Amino acid sequence: MTDFKSKLAEFKAARQPTIKELKFIFTRIKKSPLSIMGSAIIIFYAALAILAPVLAPPVPPPMGKTDPFIVWKDLNIPPLERMLPRPPSPTHPFGTTEESYDLYYGCIWGTITAFKVGLMVIVLSLIIGLVTGAIAGYYGGIVDEVLMRFTDMVIAVPGLVLCMALVVALPPQFVINLGFTQLSIELTKLDRVLLALVLVGWPSYTRVIRGEILKVREEDYVEAARAAGCSDFRVMIKHILPNTIYPILIMASLDTGAIVLTAAALSFLGIGAPPGYADWGQLISLSRNYIYGDIGNPAGNWWVWLIPGLFIFTFVLGWNLLGDAFRDILDPTLRRR
Amino acid sequence: MGLGTYIIRRLLLLIPILIGVSIIIFAITEFFDPYARASLYVDPTKVRDWPAVFQKYGLLDPVYVRYFRWITEVLHGNLGYSQENRMFVLKALMSKFPASAEIAIFSTPLTILLGIYLGVKSAVHRDKVVDHITRVVAIIGWSLPTFWSAIILLSVFYGGFGLFPPGRLGSAAEDFISRGTRAGTYTVYTGLNTFDGLLNGQLWITWDALIHLFLPCVNLTIVQIALLIRVMRSSMLEELNKGYITTARAKGLAQNEVINKHARRNALIPTLTLSGLLIAGMMTGVVITETVFHIDGVGSAAARAAIRVDIPFVLGFAMFTGIVFVLANLIVDILYAYVDPRIRLG
Repeated sequence: MTDFKSKLAEFKAARQPTIKELKFIFTRIKKSPLSIMGSAIIIFYAALAILAPVLAPPVPPPMGKTDPFIVWKDLNIPPLERMLPRPPSPTHPFGTTEESYDLYYGCIWGTITAFKVGLMVIVLSLIIGLVTGAIAGYYGGIVDEVLMRFTDMVIAVPGLVLCMALVVALPPQFVINLGFTQLSIELTKLDRVLLALVLVGWPSYTRVIRGEILKVREEDYVEAARAAGCSDFRVMIKHILPNTIYPILIMASLDTGAIVLTAAALSFLGIGAPPGYADWGQLISLSRNYIYGDIGNPAGNWWVWLIPGLFIFTFVLGWNLLGDAFRDILDPTLRRR
Repeated sequence: MGLGTYIIRRLLLLIPILIGVSIIIFAITEFFDPYARASLYVDPTKVRDWPAVFQKYGLLDPVYVRYFRWITEVLHGNLGYSQENRMFVLKALMSKFPASAEIAIFSTPLTILLGIYLGVKSAVHRDKVVDHITRVVAIIGWSLPTFWSAIILLSVFYGGFGLFPPGRLGSAAEDFISRGTRAGTYTVYTGLNTFDGLLNGQLWITWDALIHLFLPCVNLTIVQIALLIRVMRSSMLEELNKGYITTARAKGLAQNEVINKHARRNALIPTLTLSGLLIAGMMTGVVITETVFHIDGVGSAAARAAIRVDIPFVLGFAMFTGIVFVLANLIVDILYAYVDPRIRLG
């Protein structure tokens, strides 16, 4: 026990600067109301995503499907009335959409989809951006030139438009010939959206990371590490990356919201998640024919667009607030004022 | 370097970027099989002899050969045949462009003027009520899904009050125009209903078009303005802390003079660099806004084409937005060099 304690003390002493830094960040987060709001929203949604199977248990077939991400349809509604949305009721807390999909179930499970899309696209773009940006920034020369011209090309076409073209173009199945065996990868509609978002998203990370690396590459401590005989890889991972990561994290946080918005827009246009999939954008696109309400009752079908829209809006707002707060807190040039 | 030299140099730089855009678009077609690729040249429903078509357009040739053949066709104005629109892509784009241009023409000034005004207001009254409200509005606008705000606007104003209907024109105006053009009493000069109405002396058509344009423009503005407010505010704050502002105040200039004549002019320069982002946002915004408001422009046509997998039109649209975006950035850069001599001299 004492051995453990002494080890803990040793660890604490060695990590003193890191712990102090984390404490500082934490107090700053506590002081800014916007960042508290942002974190609260994201924590709330994370809880929704984790508790989804409890809050909205999957409905067994025939009403539901074996895939829990397919929203169940209420088949108890008489067939002739199934096309029309129904207002909130005890069986459908948020009402139903066109074709009697349960909106509550769709919104809750849509949270998982939103996290999946946002985080996966960000992480993948970030990894590709880190590798390519590091290569371009650290080695420079012809590799740098080629990579940068390529990112120029991708950035020259507005993101959503390029995504639309890619989603349409990506095949449902990739067959990779490895010589001895054929590897075939099935892509669902949502996978294609993810892939398109990554293909469009990584160049901006490459550029930012390259810029950051160029800034620190000539610093004395990098020179010192090299003089001490560190390998390129070690200099990169241990010395350069930790000093460039904050601006990139801020960008990633602000971007998560933007990516969820783009994915929702694609679903809304009808080229994202397939009909019936638990995805907020897709749920709103089901409301397209019911925007105006009925004659004499203008706000007639408010729930079909208002509820899923509120989910998207607050989710994106949470990430944006968090990203904004991160920028003030983490950016070393701004924060100690 | 003079402004003339700068412009020439910038124009030369345009060539590699445009080639880059074309390569990206062409790279996307590499995901397709030869049958789908053929639709970039011919109308596939009319093809009887597929091997002959493959032979004629060399669809089985190596990539670089196909790229050069394709780019030659594109340079001659052949972007392929659009199944969805039943005409060639270039013609379809041209016929639908005025509707989109009209939205852009009316919403851009609204966004820019209001964004600059609010950004300045917010910076001058830093940490006061005005500032807080503006910042909250900006971050809300930044987080709003374009299609959702469009639906809300439509539902409240059209669904709720019967004001500002969707579409481009009311049925009376459309009838009048189609009958007028056939009879030769109404001439479509620009395709922009607001201007055509004025030119033909039919003010009610202009008015009708404006009423239909109001909500789409407001929607685009709400979504776009957030970025402008944020950048204008921070660059204005930076300027207000500079020495020359203190000097101007010290010599007794009125607050209005200091803000409008000194600080705002300089704060506008960084905001100009943002225009590229605004233009890109405008184009994506137009796709969604047109779709929700049932406006038959390039954006909604591209969305429809994407759903029906009308590949030539989607790619043609991507090419079109790429070119518009690059050209718009060129104009912004030249303006920038004109406003800030340090750019061209540095």
